Amino acid sequence: MSRLDASPPTPRADTKVSDTPRIAAHLRLLALVRNTWRALTSMGTALALLFLLALAAIPGALVPQRSLNAGKVDEYLAEHTLIGPWLDRLQVFDVFSSFWFTAIYALLFMSLVGCLTPRLAEHVRSMRATPVAAPRNLARLPKHQTLVAAGDVETVAAGVEERLKGWRKTSRRDGDVVEVSAEKGYFREFGNIVFHFSLLALLLSIAAGKLFGYEGNVIVVANGGPGFCSASPAAFDSFRAGNTVDGTSLSPICLRVNDFDAEYLPSGQALSFAANVDYQAGDDLASDTWRPYRLEVNHPLRLGGDRLYLQGHGYAPTFTVTFPDGRTRTQTVQWRPDDPITLLSSGVIRVDPPAGTYPDAGERRKNQIAIQGLFAPTEQLDGKLLSSSFPALRDPAVAIDVYRGDTGLDTGRPQSLFTLDPRLIEQKRLTKQVRVNLKAGESTRLNDGTVVTFDGAAPFINVQVSHDPAQIWVLVSSMTMMAGLLVSLVIRRRRIWVRVSPASPGTVDVELGGLARTDNSGWGDEFERLTARLVPSAEEGGRERA
Amino acid sequence: MNGPHIDIGLARYSDLAFTSTIVVLVIALLLLAVELAYSGSRKADARELVTANSSAVAADSGTPGVVVDAPRRLVDERIGRAGLALVYVGTAMLLACIVLRGLATSRVPWGNMYEFINLTCFCGLVAAAVTLRQPKFRALWSFVLLPVLILLAVSGKWLYSNAAPVMPALQSYWLPIHVSVVSLGSGVFLVAGVASILFLAKMSPLGEPGRTGRLAAVIARLPDAQTLDRIAYRTTIFGFPIFGFGVIFGAIWAEEAWGRYWGWDPKETVAFIAWVVYAAYLHARSTAGWRDRKAAWINVVGFVAMVFNLFFINLVVTGLHSYAGVG
Repeated sequence: MSRLDASPPTPRADTKVSDTPRIAAHLRLLALVRNTWRALTSMGTALALLFLLALAAIPGALVPQRSLNAGKVDEYLAEHTLIGPWLDRLQVFDVFSSFWFTAIYALLFMSLVGCLTPRLAEHVRSMRATPVAAPRNLARLPKHQTLVAAGDVETVAAGVEERLKGWRKTSRRDGDVVEVSAEKGYFREFGNIVFHFSLLALLLSIAAGKLFGYEGNVIVVANGGPGFCSASPAAFDSFRAGNTVDGTSLSPICLRVNDFDAEYLPSGQALSFAANVDYQAGDDLASDTWRPYRLEVNHPLRLGGDRLYLQGHGYAPTFTVTFPDGRTRTQTVQWRPDDPITLLSSGVIRVDPPAGTYPDAGERRKNQIAIQGLFAPTEQLDGKLLSSSFPALRDPAVAIDVYRGDTGLDTGRPQSLFTLDPRLIEQKRLTKQVRVNLKAGESTRLNDGTVVTFDGAAPFINVQVSHDPAQIWVLVSSMTMMAGLLVSLVIRRRRIWVRVSPASPGTVDVELGGLARTDNSGWGDEFERLTARLVPSAEEGGRERA
Repeated sequence: MNGPHIDIGLARYSDLAFTSTIVVLVIALLLLAVELAYSGSRKADARELVTANSSAVAADSGTPGVVVDAPRRLVDERIGRAGLALVYVGTAMLLACIVLRGLATSRVPWGNMYEFINLTCFCGLVAAAVTLRQPKFRALWSFVLLPVLILLAVSGKWLYSNAAPVMPALQSYWLPIHVSVVSLGSGVFLVAGVASILFLAKMSPLGEPGRTGRLAAVIARLPDAQTLDRIAYRTTIFGFPIFGFGVIFGAIWAEEAWGRYWGWDPKETVAFIAWVVYAAYLHARSTAGWRDRKAAWINVVGFVAMVFNLFFINLVVTGLHSYAGVG
């Protein structure tokens, strides 16, 4: 805020008032407040704040941001042990919600309000004011011309006034001289004020959206299964909500995904993603009516104030575990796509033996099965190393480690959906039984007779539910902002004065002066064209008179 | 959207047009540079009126090391005019390259970085052709061609991608709108940035009258500082709302494609920075004490932000705009 020092000098009016120390102190305080306000609302400060805003946004583009990719932030912190924690303390990983970024734009908007409110008042006043009287010496103006026209003062002045269509004008009579003052381009300031107030409205709408909005992501396997209902934050895999959202009043939407279809070029580049879904919302929930929709990228499902997006996809492999007593358990769990191009994925499936297979809970917990490994939609083997050559489900295969023991699910400790807790393996509570590559339909037998079969895979989609009641106001204010900007850039403020005074009988002297109040460029030619139009040459004037 | 059919033949012609564009523009740049470096001191329009034998011009063409004689000047001017004609030919070829790409892929030809840069360069060339249409501005063309050729060379050498359909996220009616508007804004800002850089050169000690030396001689041949400043200002106030609309259209599209209208994706962030910098330029222009050199510097910073957004953000930082057919 060193810019504040560059404020206009303190007005001297209050310095002589020092009757009692208390009043003096009050006045000093008042002067300080007033001067701070003046400094804050000066153009120099506004400029400095604009720069600061641009400067402050730079780390937002160059340093990983939590709001975009929390994993990358963790990586960065692990790599930069020295400066990482300091950057974190300075909120460099959350630039756009940091105290300093907030401070800059708050100051900028205060400066804006302080600058605009007087201008608005001034503009309202100027809308009603009549154009100012002509200066005594028109020759001093940047543009000036003297002409002689045929006719009498009244007629010529009336002609000038008539031709000044679209200008605000007034004429004053001084003896036998008539002066016409005209001004145009009031809308420039209007557009300017609209632009800046729209900017303010834009910020408020964004803030309202952040306060009252929420968005959640959830993975739904595309096999016509139960799907999900967005009735509470617990239904989502991840949920980001505004400060006023406590999760009790989410608009309920139910969704099930029947299939997912992806098309690819031979190069692996995606051509289209589409999921056929059924949804329920509003009255349909009570009547249990499902409506179909084809959810595609760029074609979200809009339901009142909520939007559903297809945001990603991957595969959920299906495994069947046949326990020694012949009973089976089949599970389909989404695995994380590690390679966005080939969709090589990794993940875990944790299988609990059916009740009764083992005599007690303790024994049962020693015989849980965990399957961890890689999944390739199109198998490509390099020796035994599995990778994927294509993102479509052409030749699905897995490379897995099968563990037996305690999967840790009963411990109550949260675990990653996609990896086993390595401590369980270190503590030998989980022991690796076999490492094997399986194609769809193939199985492997463990030493106790348990059989693990890879049945295949189903695609899953990542659905985002977004709710932002203020979004439409962001659009409206950005549109009025641009309209105001265009008006303020296109319209130019011009002032012109015409003094018509009698000369030799039958002719008048016409003196014109012009002033470009904004955007000088091109004003010279404009003024010449204007004078030619306002006071047509002598003959023309003569004809008109006849 | 359109099927994956690609007309390989048309795509080849498009590539041929791209190569020809670069060759033609390089020759144009050479011709214009020859005129700029070797012609006598240019007295704007006056030279058009001066006859070949006039001694008046020869007398005030005092640049040392340059042999000033009448027929030679005529040759310089011819070379410059030929260069300018080649610029127009090159621009037309670039247009052909873009149109053929579009026909080959049956989609709008701005779906990856290569195509986007081509379009931006084309917009820049057209913006320059409109702004610099008077003969006295011919000296500025070398400085417009230089960045355009660098952009095209980088685009062709490192960012080239085969004609192909676009990925699902880009299959939207917003692709033609958002990208073309942003390209137009960027192209116009390119002319503004060049004008501001030249304005600064003119205002620098090198631009003072009476300076000798190759560089000073070249700077002396540029239009006067006020004209350069006016070109910069007029192009910026033209480009500013266009770029603003480009960003807003992008936000509307982002709401449809990515589920939010603004998410501080690196590309969005730097677009915001550039827009704020240009806003600062417009404010500086109407603030006493900031008008001349400081305002021009701000304009140059805005231009740097645009270039940074074009290259660094798309090629180095990963974000949602990183499709682009690279990496």
